[in-house]
Amino acid sequence: MGFQPVVLATDALIYLLLALAVGFALYARRHEHLRAPWRQVAGSRTAMGALVVLGVYVLIGLLDTVHFRPLQGQDAQGRPRYATEVLSLLDLIAAPLREHREKTYSAPFATHLYMRETIELPDGRKVRDYPRLKWGGAHLADPADRAADITRRVAAGLMLGLVIWGGALLLLARGRLARLRRLFRAPELAALRSAAWTGLVMALLLGLVLNLAGVWHLLGTDKVGEDVFYQSLKSVRTGLVIGTLTTLVMLPAAVLLGIMAGYFRSWVDDVIQYLYTTLSSVPGVLLIAAAVLMMQIYMNNHQAEFNSLTERADLRLLFLCLILGVTSWTSLCRLLRGETLKLRQLEYVQAAQAFGVRHFTILARHVLPNVMHIVLIVVVLDFSGLVLAEAVLSYINIGVDPNTNSWGNMINSARLELAREPVVWWSLAAAFVFMFVLVLAANLFADVVRDAFDPRLRERT
Amino acid sequence: MMAYIVRRVLYAIPILIGVNLLTFVLFFVVNSPDDMARMHLGVKRVSDQAIAEWKAERGYDKPLVWNAEAEGLAKLTDTIFFDKSVRLFAFDFGQSDSGRNIGHDIAQRMWPSLAIAVPIMLVGLAVNISFSLLLAFFRGTYLDFWGVVLCVAMMSISGLFYIIGGQVLLGKLLNLFPISGYAPGPDAWRFLVLPVIIGAISGIGSGTRWYRTLFLEEVGKDFVRTARAKGLSERAVLFGHVLRNALIPILTGVVVVIPTLFMGSLLLESFFGIPGLGSYTIDAISRQDFAIVRAMVFLGAVLYILGLLLTDISYTLVDPRVRLQ
Repeated sequence: MGFQPVVLATDALIYLLLALAVGFALYARRHEHLRAPWRQVAGSRTAMGALVVLGVYVLIGLLDTVHFRPLQGQDAQGRPRYATEVLSLLDLIAAPLREHREKTYSAPFATHLYMRETIELPDGRKVRDYPRLKWGGAHLADPADRAADITRRVAAGLMLGLVIWGGALLLLARGRLARLRRLFRAPELAALRSAAWTGLVMALLLGLVLNLAGVWHLLGTDKVGEDVFYQSLKSVRTGLVIGTLTTLVMLPAAVLLGIMAGYFRSWVDDVIQYLYTTLSSVPGVLLIAAAVLMMQIYMNNHQAEFNSLTERADLRLLFLCLILGVTSWTSLCRLLRGETLKLRQLEYVQAAQAFGVRHFTILARHVLPNVMHIVLIVVVLDFSGLVLAEAVLSYINIGVDPNTNSWGNMINSARLELAREPVVWWSLAAAFVFMFVLVLAANLFADVVRDAFDPRLRERT
Repeated sequence: MMAYIVRRVLYAIPILIGVNLLTFVLFFVVNSPDDMARMHLGVKRVSDQAIAEWKAERGYDKPLVWNAEAEGLAKLTDTIFFDKSVRLFAFDFGQSDSGRNIGHDIAQRMWPSLAIAVPIMLVGLAVNISFSLLLAFFRGTYLDFWGVVLCVAMMSISGLFYIIGGQVLLGKLLNLFPISGYAPGPDAWRFLVLPVIIGAISGIGSGTRWYRTLFLEEVGKDFVRTARAKGLSERAVLFGHVLRNALIPILTGVVVVIPTLFMGSLLLESFFGIPGLGSYTIDAISRQDFAIVRAMVFLGAVLYILGLLLTDISYTLVDPRVRLQ
């Protein structure tokens, strides 16, 4: 199958972020003062467990980042023609989920639609009843076999999960059983063990999904019949993008201004302090609302500039990250300024000044490396707050594009359905659970990272 | 003291001017009033005359900052910048895009906002302090450990979940409270109980954890060890020494949000149908009423700066070690 790769704006930034992360990891490996705190993180049971969960989310997000347009045949001149629809690797893997569309709502593991319809019986009579779903449980001749089928598939799924887990462990232990035995016995490997157990949970879930998701709607379907589990998976990328790119885009400004204010003092300090006090005195939500309203006007009046809906939604996501970044860089800037004020009094900075080293060399060589741990801590700490903020903003309609899959949009479109009888709860529950697991893992991980890099910072953040 | 307050107020003025310029740029320079009119009237097939009328009705038909046709001082005053932005300093918010007086609306909607925000703050404060004292008392035990884990878990739950879950559980299933609505006067309490409970619960996670850190920091200090050495009971130490000293950062943290209580809570008010300033703002955002959003941005900034000022003053009042220079 031919395809044409597509790199959206946020994709490019994610690749950049990935490159930065790999670069930082390589840098940290060669520097003992950076390796020590990471070793402490690696020795924490909570952190390693959380890391496995985060890893699964990141993997889903990355799969959803590789975009392309599939080949759709040839035009008259024999040139390949590509579909307008932009797909991702995740769409390819989860193709059954994407294609299994029902008419409207259906409950998790349902065999019948949520709403009655007029059905024509084989003998020509018409009755109003709940019709069978087109895909969910369609492999069963008799819906009464549902419980038996699910039990069988759950059992098979759990077995498959165990096999996957065992295989992965063996692979990681490079096939040596002695290593595995040590993993489960040695007291100094408690953190790795906790990672392994979390991995088991993830593997079991994977096994269940592989066995069940193809023939059942695990989490039901939404108003237009789309699989809720698929939507939740697609929302992972949006959550991660908001949580990481926001801090990435604000970092250059915050770091530069923060250390400049602390280092140069005098009028530079005054101007920068004025800047961030002004920005932070506007309530964040209102500033975001104002900016997003203005962007909506711009997009409405310049519709021709966007090639496709996907591209437009993507740019809107990026813009939201920018705006969130503008409202959240001030706290980091303030922290960095304070730290730099302390650093510039230290002997090695004063020695450099006495030697006549240029200011920007001092900043780059002596100040910046010594405040980087604060940057790292803030990036990790901010992540969970941003993921939660996305849901709230989407609820007020100033979040991501309504066409983008996101937990906020899922909640927003499902909350009115709670008034229905019986309650349509699955969309809400799915969004909240996916969000909760990600944010909880991020919070637990962030705490350990903060304590490892700078326990004093606990008082200030 | 007086001189310090005056200087702080003077220092706030350039910041307010900055906020004002920022909103002006955001609302009138990024997109011209023509764009706004087109947004409101529909993008396609809108006549120039309709746009001109829309602008004239709302006073957007003047030049932005410099009116070359006017005489004398009017060159500066007969402009959008003067009409819409400079007047904000006198708290003259003008008319909303749908023609209502914003200042009047704000004065009216302030009270329901306060009626929900003040109880949430007080209840939340009481609950958080008691829980965190409990954790600090049992520090280092399993109770403390699982308490903190519970706090982190509660922090990780979306605020929307607390609201929707509370509405469904307490309002719909148990039928204890009306799900939404508001009545002016003393009857209001029936409608306020549910949002106050939910508001307080959603703050427990982060609040308790934060206060616990403050308490534990005090517990490690010398004067606490001295108090124990004197033979005081753990309870007397905790209430008499630790709590009193930890109250300083707690109180100043509370003071900074007091002025912003007027703005109400965006989510709670719109979910519970309370006619306060929070739901006012949300409605304005969804109706794309720029005049109201602009007024609220300015008002929010004023209140925030007021909060910072009060914080600094309260520091000097509760902590004699802090001196004003």
